[in-house]
This record gives sequence, structure tokens and C-alpha cells, in this order.
Amino acid sequence: MNSPKKLVEIDNINVILGGNCVIDQVSLNIQAGEIVTLIGPNGAGKSTLIRAILGLLKPSSGKIKTAPGLRIGYMPQRLQMDRTIPLNVQRFLNVWRTRNSISIKTALKHVSAEHLAMRPMQEISGGELQRILLARALLRNPQLLVLDEPVQGVDMQGQTELYQLIHEIRNLYHCAVLMVSHDLHLVMSSTDRVICMNHHICCSGHPESVSNDPAYQELFGKEAVESIALYAHHHDHSHDDTGKVVDHSEHLHG
Amino acid sequence: MADFIWHALLAGIGVALIAGPLGSFVVWRRMSYFGDTLAHSALLGIALGIALDMNLNIAVIICCVLIAVTLVFLQQHRFISTDTLLGILAHSTLSLGLISIGLLGVRVDILSYLFGDLLTVTNSELIWIFTGTVAVSTLLIIFWRPLLAITIDEEMAQAEGYPVTLIRLLLMLLMAIVIAVAMKIVGVLLITSLMIIPAAAARRLTKSPESMALTASVLGCIAVILGILASVEWDTATGPSIVLAAAVVFVGCYLIPTHYLGKPKGEAG
Repeated sequence: MNSPKKLVEIDNINVILGGNCVIDQVSLNIQAGEIVTLIGPNGAGKSTLIRAILGLLKPSSGKIKTAPGLRIGYMPQRLQMDRTIPLNVQRFLNVWRTRNSISIKTALKHVSAEHLAMRPMQEISGGELQRILLARALLRNPQLLVLDEPVQGVDMQGQTELYQLIHEIRNLYHCAVLMVSHDLHLVMSSTDRVICMNHHICCSGHPESVSNDPAYQELFGKEAVESIALYAHHHDHSHDDTGKVVDHSEHLHG
Repeated sequence: MADFIWHALLAGIGVALIAGPLGSFVVWRRMSYFGDTLAHSALLGIALGIALDMNLNIAVIICCVLIAVTLVFLQQHRFISTDTLLGILAHSTLSLGLISIGLLGVRVDILSYLFGDLLTVTNSELIWIFTGTVAVSTLLIIFWRPLLAITIDEEMAQAEGYPVTLIRLLLMLLMAIVIAVAMKIVGVLLITSLMIIPAAAARRLTKSPESMALTASVLGCIAVILGILASVEWDTATGPSIVLAAAVVFVGCYLIPTHYLGKPKGEAG
């Protein structure tokens, strides 16, 4: 399962949106079968990075290479769908089926949501919707699952369950997972590698080592103690208001 | 019944048949103001057609598509909100159309373009309407799935590899065709209502996108028939009579008690 095959190779990309450098020289590889979690504060460019990987936006510079014929299953942060579209869960999923898709029944079973099949989309709860969106991402039998904040709008209990589910799905589909998360402690047990980013990659590695990394502690400590203007820095660089690196000594990339 | 009534009924039904499904997309995508803007710009198309001495239907289609493309282009630059942009374009194109027709110095019955003139539909206009109906329904059937996909979630559709911009353009082309053929029926000021009222009424009765689109066609036909009959009976303006009939159908649909519709509570949204 953990073959060294590279699914995605991101080579030193920059994304500039509206004059702001949202992604700053990010390099990152995703190997087959591994779970990679992107973590970072709001507006750190996590979703932008995901959009670039999906081909929804073009990097201003740098290259993104994906394995030929790579099947990506994408679960967006939220669904834009208008309430006036009369769709039940099964029909919703059916719109996204292709010739090679796994069956809707199987996908729903794998996210434990078979009972929702005939339910109108307008009547499902936040947690249920996340499962339906996950089922949708599974339809293509993906080699890479891309999940943008998969636990958004789900209560704590549900979040733990959802991460557990994602872990199980990885084992079932032998797919790699790239997901965005806010909370390292919740994803710790269900992730192989953590990338901590704030426009650039601050630190990365095994979840345990990242949680002890000063760059990580600075990034998240700052949020926790937001009322205190000055915060002691014990690491190689710091960020100004826009998240740019102020003190640019050597720091980790990728 | 007199011949002109049969002509009117056929023309009205032809338009209602395609206005239903397209109107459903307008409702789902919250594009009613957008449709209004396109319809208003149709008058500019008439002026263009007269000036260039070309078929007025084609001139209207071209004009609507151009306005739609301009809108999409301006929208992407986001220097002003879409809502405001639509308001500016809707009324400036309408005014430009009215003034251009005046300046051309030809005798044109502007009121018939604004509010429709269904009772004078000619054979050649009927042929136009049914050609438009067949073309639009064929395209809708062929591209139903991609159209539905971008309507559910554009970004998701894009991530799945759908050519979102092209499909959006197709939808605009379809709207332009409907506007061109429907102008005769209810006029540029009322076209959007013929699209969205039957679709909104159908929402209450249906559980799938396809059934909503088809039910909207049927309800539109009912509104057209009721409107024309009422207009002949009481000598009222035909276009507005059809729109009012559609509104009555809409209210009727929402007055049906939920338990008659046999669906779980809360779905009718």
C-alpha cells in the first residue's frame, strides 16, 4: 500500500490573488496511500492550495504535476446548491456518476449513510451532508481524496467519528488523502503527515513532531492568545499582519 | 374559434413548453434578474435587426448573447456588485433600444415588443417559434446532465472536469433563444415571468429536477391557454393576461394542502 509512487508533485508554486501572495513558494509531494493534513490559521492559503491541486486555479509560477490518469475525489468545504432544486440524496449522487463509478449504494454504505438515500437534500443535517459529500467523492474510486475542511459544521463527537471514517476509507480504498483541518489534536491519530502552512510551509512531518515544533506552536499559540499583542517567539522566523515572514532565516520548506 | 386564436394558442404553447425547463434553471441558479436584463436588451436587438435589415429573431438572439457575454466578463472583474451591474445594464439597454428604434425613423409598434402581441402571430412566426422550441429542447436533453451539474455546484462540476464556462454560455444561448421567440408572446417586459412563475409553481409539486422542468412546461401551457381565453373573453391585453393566469396557477399550487402532495413535510421550499 505504501508504495513510493508520487501522485502529486508540487514544485515551488506561488499563487498571487488580488496582489497578495496567498501561496508563497510551496513544494509538496503526495505519495500513494498516505494521509496528509494541511493545517494553518484562517486565510493561510490552505483552500487555495487545494484549488490549485484540483486545477481550479493556475499557480502564478511553479509547477504542479499529477500522476497520469490520476483519479481525484473532491469533497468541497460546502455545497453551493440552491434549496429550490428538488433532489434526493440518490439523485444528487447520480448526477456525478460516470461510467466507471462504483455504485451509489456502495458509496453510501462506506460512509454509513445508506438510510439517507431517499431523503431530500434539503432535509439532511450538517453531519449527514458531510457524509453524502464524502460518498460523492468516493464514486470515482479515487486514488487521491481531497477533503477541504471535512468536519465543518459538525459537532465534536461527529468530528471524531468523521476523522475515524476517513481513516477507514483510506484503508478500504487504499487511496491517499489530502485534507484541510483546523485542529491538529483531532486529526493526529488519523494522519500520517502534517503540513503546517501560513502562505508558506512553516513546518511539516509526523503529527507528534509537528505539535512540538516551535513554528507550529507560534502559529496556533498566537490564535489562542489573540488578546496579547506581543508573543514570545522561540523559533526561526515570525509573521507580520499579512502572514509574511518578517525574520527570514532558514526555515523548512516541504 | 377564429383562426387567430388557434395561432395564438399554438404560439403560446410552443413558448411555454421551453420556458418551463429553462425557467427551472433560472430559479435554481437565481438568475431571474439576469433573465430580465437579457430580455430588456432584446429591444436593442430589434433596433439592430431593423438597422441591418436582418431577421429580427436572429438579431435578438445575437444581441442577447453579446449582452450575456459582456455581463459574464464584467462580473469576473468584480468592480461592482452583480446586482447593480444588472440594474444598470437592464435599463440602459432598454432605453438604448427604445431610442435607437425611434431614431431609425421606422414605424414600429413598440408597445407590441414591450408587452407582446400574441393575437397577430403569423405563420412564419409560428415556424420560428417551433423551430426555437425544437432546438432548445434538443439542446436541453443532450446537455441536461452537465447543465444540472453546474447548477448544483459550479466548482464541483469544474473539479470533475466539466467545461463550466462553455456550459454557462450554452445556458445563456438557450435563454437568448427563448427570449427571442417569447418576445412576441408576452413582450420583453414580461418574458422572465413566463419562465419563472410556472417553474416556481412546479417546485411545490415535484421531487426531481426533471419532473419540475416538465411540470413547469405543463403549468406554463395551462397559463397560456387560460390567459388567451380570458383575453378573448374580456378583451384584455393578452401578454399580461397570460402572466396573471400564471400567477393564479402559482398561488393555486401553493394552496394545495401538503398532505395531498404525499411528500414528507418541509420539502416544499
